Amino acid sequence: MLGKLTWSAIPFDEPIPLIAAALVGVAIIGVLAWVVLTGRLPYLWREWITSVDHKRIGIMYTLLAMVMLLRGFSDAIMMRSQQALAFRSDGYLPPEHYNQIFSAHGTLMIFFVAMPFVIGLMNFVVPLQLGVRDVAFPTLNSVGFWLTATGALLVNISLVVGEFARTGWLPFPPLSEVTYSPGVGVDYYLWALEISGVGTLLSGVNLVTTVLKLHAPGMTYMRMPMFCWTTLASNLLIVAAFPILTATLAMLLLDRYLGFHFFTNEAGGNMMMFMNLILAWGHPEVYILILPAFGIFSEVTSTFSGKPLFGYRSMVMATMAICLLSFMVWLHHFFTMGAGADVNAIFGIASMIIAVPTGVKIFNWLFTMYGGRIVYSAPILWSIGFMVTFMIGGVTGVLLAVPPADFVLHNSLFLVAHFHNVIIGGVLFGAFAGYSYWFPKAFGFRLHEGLGKAAFWCWLIGFYVAFTPLYVLGLMGMTRRMQHYDVPAWRPWLLIAAGGAAIILAGIILQIVQLVVSIRRREALRDQTGDPWDGRSLEWATPSPPPSFNFAVLPRIEGQEAYWGIKQRARQQAKLSEEPGYTEIEMPRNSPTGFICAFFATFMGFALIWHIWWLVALAALGAYATFVVFAWRDRHEDIIPADVIARIDRANRSARGEALARMQVTP
Amino acid sequence: MRAKSDGPTDRKGLSWRFRSMIARPARCAAVSTPIVLTACQPAILDPQGIVGIAEKTILIDSLAIMLAIVVPTIVATIAFVWWFRASNARAIYLPDFEYSGRLELIVWSIPLLTVILLSGVAWIGSHDLDPAKPLESDTPPLEIQGVSLDWKWLFIYPNQRVASVNQLVIPAGVPIHFSLTSGSVMNAFFIPQLGSMIYTMNGMRTQLNLRADAPGTFLGISSHYSGDGFSDMHFDVQAVPAEKFDAWIDATRTTGPALDAGSYAALAKQSIITSPFTFGMADPELFHQIVIQKLPPGPGPQAGRPNPSVSPRREH
Repeated sequence: MLGKLTWSAIPFDEPIPLIAAALVGVAIIGVLAWVVLTGRLPYLWREWITSVDHKRIGIMYTLLAMVMLLRGFSDAIMMRSQQALAFRSDGYLPPEHYNQIFSAHGTLMIFFVAMPFVIGLMNFVVPLQLGVRDVAFPTLNSVGFWLTATGALLVNISLVVGEFARTGWLPFPPLSEVTYSPGVGVDYYLWALEISGVGTLLSGVNLVTTVLKLHAPGMTYMRMPMFCWTTLASNLLIVAAFPILTATLAMLLLDRYLGFHFFTNEAGGNMMMFMNLILAWGHPEVYILILPAFGIFSEVTSTFSGKPLFGYRSMVMATMAICLLSFMVWLHHFFTMGAGADVNAIFGIASMIIAVPTGVKIFNWLFTMYGGRIVYSAPILWSIGFMVTFMIGGVTGVLLAVPPADFVLHNSLFLVAHFHNVIIGGVLFGAFAGYSYWFPKAFGFRLHEGLGKAAFWCWLIGFYVAFTPLYVLGLMGMTRRMQHYDVPAWRPWLLIAAGGAAIILAGIILQIVQLVVSIRRREALRDQTGDPWDGRSLEWATPSPPPSFNFAVLPRIEGQEAYWGIKQRARQQAKLSEEPGYTEIEMPRNSPTGFICAFFATFMGFALIWHIWWLVALAALGAYATFVVFAWRDRHEDIIPADVIARIDRANRSARGEALARMQVTP
Repeated sequence: MRAKSDGPTDRKGLSWRFRSMIARPARCAAVSTPIVLTACQPAILDPQGIVGIAEKTILIDSLAIMLAIVVPTIVATIAFVWWFRASNARAIYLPDFEYSGRLELIVWSIPLLTVILLSGVAWIGSHDLDPAKPLESDTPPLEIQGVSLDWKWLFIYPNQRVASVNQLVIPAGVPIHFSLTSGSVMNAFFIPQLGSMIYTMNGMRTQLNLRADAPGTFLGISSHYSGDGFSDMHFDVQAVPAEKFDAWIDATRTTGPALDAGSYAALAKQSIITSPFTFGMADPELFHQIVIQKLPPGPGPQAGRPNPSVSPRREH
């Protein structure tokens, strides 16, 4: 009846996951109870769960990322403390537990923190920057989000029901084959990523179409803000790379479930094929993450320097060059597989070539700040911290791209330090810059500045304290994923690294406090005009938070930095543009399709993991039926009447008018 | 294949001991003492062999080339950020400065030239230090075959017909030609102080050429995660003078059990070995049979051991 699932799957004898799960369970039940008891359930259902508004979906993606960041970071704390303790001893985590933790840490941080964070920001910002009302496929967008949430849920269920993979965040066969990993851990990993991978692909298709096809009148490609370009590049990579991931994991699933031999030791299976395929996705993946971050830094640097982005065309070229090149370098992840000198050298050089457009970007941000008037606000602090940190990460990255250097550093803690250097210093700092930059747009009030800056310094210092020792340890020959070790010289450095993790923890706590304090003081931090940073792109032309339709009347774009142009004209003429004629707007109807699909997908994934075949069939049927019902819907859109639009827009115009008047009085 | 073994009696003769993954005793300090003494230096920056020395040189050179560009850029970043702060009235304000052809040229050329220089280093280095390339030497290389197992290393000296587990004795100053494979999952063979690592894969043979320039004891590890016993897959590498090596071979031949298909099958089962031991007689064809999978890969977790079908908890 329940396949492999029995009571023994629940780790009653392991206090750590049980307590963790109990805490999470209590928190979830508490929130749910609060929502129900205060009568907010209908609101939640109507305005969020069934919403197809790109802004709401973007916010939910970001929220998912932040919650998962807490989970992934507690794994990190456990790993650092285990390695700090496990000198000539077992520490407190036995291998079968420790190995799950580093596997879950990597999986969560990449797939359920970094990805939803950047996808959330892209979802929220891009239609606003393009001057349009929504993404190309709003309901698909909702489906994509909820499937991603399903994946995250499955990974977290593995905490209490069964186990997670013990094979690392990329499950290299033959270790991940049924012979060597007979448990359900790898299955949890595979089904979670198959389901969320579909969600990511849908989101990629959606955003590529949006950037290519939806524009306000006059918004030509070369007038798009830099963030739209990096979104395009990143999502082109998603569309090209994620099917590789899905197919590769599907092959491993066939091996595990149906006795195929794609990657097994026996019967002609080839684990080198898996390495090639998974990293043919894996390398573009890092650029999927970093390119949107580059876009955020471009926006932030320009806004807070009070200048246009330096070398816009160069930046576009560099972005698209990175997009293309990122597909040609995957082999540098396994120089040590013995491919031969020519192959290694060519892929090493190809990898270095990516440093050229990346270097160009760094210089262009530098010259964007040159001659600027830099206001040290939280978003630009993250950007400056990024520039310095990322340059160091770039150096170590190019070092690893030199095959003979990689021969001694591959898989070492030097490598671990390198990719945290670029992912924390690049992607995460970018995400945090975007979070503090666009938060007032999303919620109508700014985040507390002082706490934001304190969090930034904790993160920055914590990063260096935590990861510089890892560089040293790599040079000392310490390899990654060690549950214990006997070399005394490693220990002091691991203790320092654990201290660094504690500083980062302080940063995270400060961020939580910042959010709470900002919500409590929201009236004082209120953004009245919708343009709190003196912004330059179109999202700042809308009220904060923007209405569901974004723009009362689609703006007409007459150059780069569309909103800056509009604002300059208003300042010169000392008055806002003429009030437009308002007409009614059709917006896509809310739909529970995404949520219901994900509901069934969760059961289907769970049932597949535990071989509960009747439930697989039932859930598949349910998901299909949901899709059919959606396809046969009669009404696609709701109409927002002209007077509602006029009322919202006039309120915002009067706020902006007052701000303009104040500016005239005190120039 | 010689001296057919029949499990239990043979196993009794062997000096390895299987350790439970659950009730792990305190680490055996005696085994790790030599490792401790030599690993106080950053191993990669303190190479003891010709390959490692060349790789360290490339590492340092590449780093120097990049730092020549990156350090000034970092300094410039901090300087720009500080000088162009909004409160600095003395800084010029160029609100429309967004393009300069000359700057763009510099901006593209600096990284390009750096990468061209580094590409040369990478190309030449990849070819000079290709792990499969024999080392130039007057002495012919010593053949050693390495097999990664769950979770220990088996080293076979095919010409000397001896073998060892978790212990590698090599003559100093003599190039060693390693042929490597895996008897189970992927691993990587790595002696940080001697240089290059290389993967080991079942059904395949990878090659590595290394040399220890002087006598010494080095830490050897697996540097590709391979499962629950991965952390214990380290071994001592003892580089000894040539005559001592010969003496070790002679001594080894007279002691220890024989390595053949039977004892290999027992060794291939999942276990952790804290006390290295040797085989006095080793079948020189064994390695080839592992590579062509005539000897099947290790069985993985067995019933009654941790790692049953659902979770590590059900069986006990």
